[in-house]
Amino acid sequence: MRRAGRWAIAGIVLLLGRGRRPRELPPPEPLVDGAPPAPGAELLVAGLLGLAAAFAIAFVVVYAGGANTQLLGLALGLCFATLAVSAVVTAFRLTPPEEAEEPYPEASHPAEVAKVEQIALESGRHLTRRKLLGLAAGGAGTALGVALLTPLASLGPVFDTSRLRREPWQRGVRLVDSEGRVLRADEIELDTLHTAFPEGADPDELGSPIVVVRLEPVRLDLPEGRSGWAPEGIVAYSKVCTHAGCAVSLYRAPHFEPSRPRPALVCPCHYSTFDPATGGTVLFGPAGRPLPQLPLAVGKKGELMALGGFSGPVGPSWSGVRE
Amino acid sequence: MKRTALLLGLLALLIPQLGAAESGAGLYLQGCVSCHGLNAAGVPPGGDHFGPPLQGVGAQAADFYLRTGYMPVEKANREPVRKGSPYSDAEIRSLVGYVASFGGPPIPQPHPERGNLSEGMRLFTENCAACHQVAAQGGLVVGGTAPQLDRATATQVAEAVRIGPYLMPRFTKKQLDDRQVDSIVRYVQLARAPDDRGGWGIGHLGPIPEGLVAWLLAGGALVGVALVIGGRAH
Repeated sequence: MRRAGRWAIAGIVLLLGRGRRPRELPPPEPLVDGAPPAPGAELLVAGLLGLAAAFAIAFVVVYAGGANTQLLGLALGLCFATLAVSAVVTAFRLTPPEEAEEPYPEASHPAEVAKVEQIALESGRHLTRRKLLGLAAGGAGTALGVALLTPLASLGPVFDTSRLRREPWQRGVRLVDSEGRVLRADEIELDTLHTAFPEGADPDELGSPIVVVRLEPVRLDLPEGRSGWAPEGIVAYSKVCTHAGCAVSLYRAPHFEPSRPRPALVCPCHYSTFDPATGGTVLFGPAGRPLPQLPLAVGKKGELMALGGFSGPVGPSWSGVRE
Repeated sequence: MKRTALLLGLLALLIPQLGAAESGAGLYLQGCVSCHGLNAAGVPPGGDHFGPPLQGVGAQAADFYLRTGYMPVEKANREPVRKGSPYSDAEIRSLVGYVASFGGPPIPQPHPERGNLSEGMRLFTENCAACHQVAAQGGLVVGGTAPQLDRATATQVAEAVRIGPYLMPRFTKKQLDDRQVDSIVRYVQLARAPDDRGGWGIGHLGPIPEGLVAWLLAGGALVGVALVIGGRAH
């Protein structure tokens, strides 16, 4: 019973709320008198907008083909310039110079407001190629939007993230320096920092660069299961900081340990500090997990080689990779 | 008679000490032995005074630490800083000679004029800039500071590369050969007085402060122009 009553009330409210449709008003007296149609100017504006779209597409093309920053800037600049010129032409040639006077104190008088609205409606009436202009403006806007979003691709792989997990280090891969020379164990002296790469692999891979240092073997206190990873006290860690992915290029190598802070690998970006003696554990700074360690071995001719892959995922921490 | 004998005795005691004060060994016994030990054997930590052995460090390290004023250091566990040396040039030379008598590498002779400036900048960026900043303005390491290099002489830069003072790692000749060190020294000398376009280096702090200054100046100029235009309209 109650529910029926509610339904009835709702129905009445709906009916009343529909109200009466306003009657169609007769078209008012025209205010904008016949400005001559200017098809030439319309074509010009459409052409300029098309040019802007072309420059925006050129931005995307340049980005895809190596991303020369000067060409990128040129493409985007020309796109904005042609957009600006098209706006200027529209203002001078396609917008009728009709004005509605607004005496200051009565600015909100309904008659004046209606007049302005009418002018706005009528001023487009002499355009002959509305759709073309709309299409050109939409095309230019869309192309520019796409151009501005393209650099998002630089933030990293989206569809195929396996590249981030590829491991160039495998058992038996030798260590080479930045010039491709094989590193020998006796070259790694105390208090020196060496950067090394896997022989024959792409040095730009996330998992390629490592730092190699020699510590006195008695100082080593590696985690369990890593006992054979540091021949002669030589340890290797990923050079990519686990915090934000900068290069761990700083080695704190105390000259005389009793009076100095202990040896540490430091990232210069945010000063994450890792202890090479204890498996790359974090001593200080924002890094959330240790540097991944690479097990090493010394070959028959004294050359350094990997015994296997890293102890953990390489690279900055992202969701799911934070121990 | 007795007095004369006493005076002569005193003189006999003093003369060898006066003589020793000018020799490296004498200076060492006065200023260095408490931390570096007899015969440069070092003093193990435990007390107030301790320090590393100096056998084998050679003239290279002794010259660097004494000429920069890093040594003598106030306290054994204090970070050494650049300061004026209490020793005269001649005294430093005899001390360096004494330390060098225990063996070790000689003072390096860099030739920055033989170095290549662009290679020097590349090597400095790769090996030194992480701590010293690319403009050689110095910076921080966790637990210490990396000094500004504006007062480092060519010899001192070459020495520091090889010995790695305090927390700095050292670089073997296989990592950086002497010619590459020449290039680095040449770059450090340029970084001391770089060619600042526009004449204002803004501390060589890099693009962020430069951008800030540019924005503040450009913003100020824009406000000024806006005020002028506004004033004319009235």
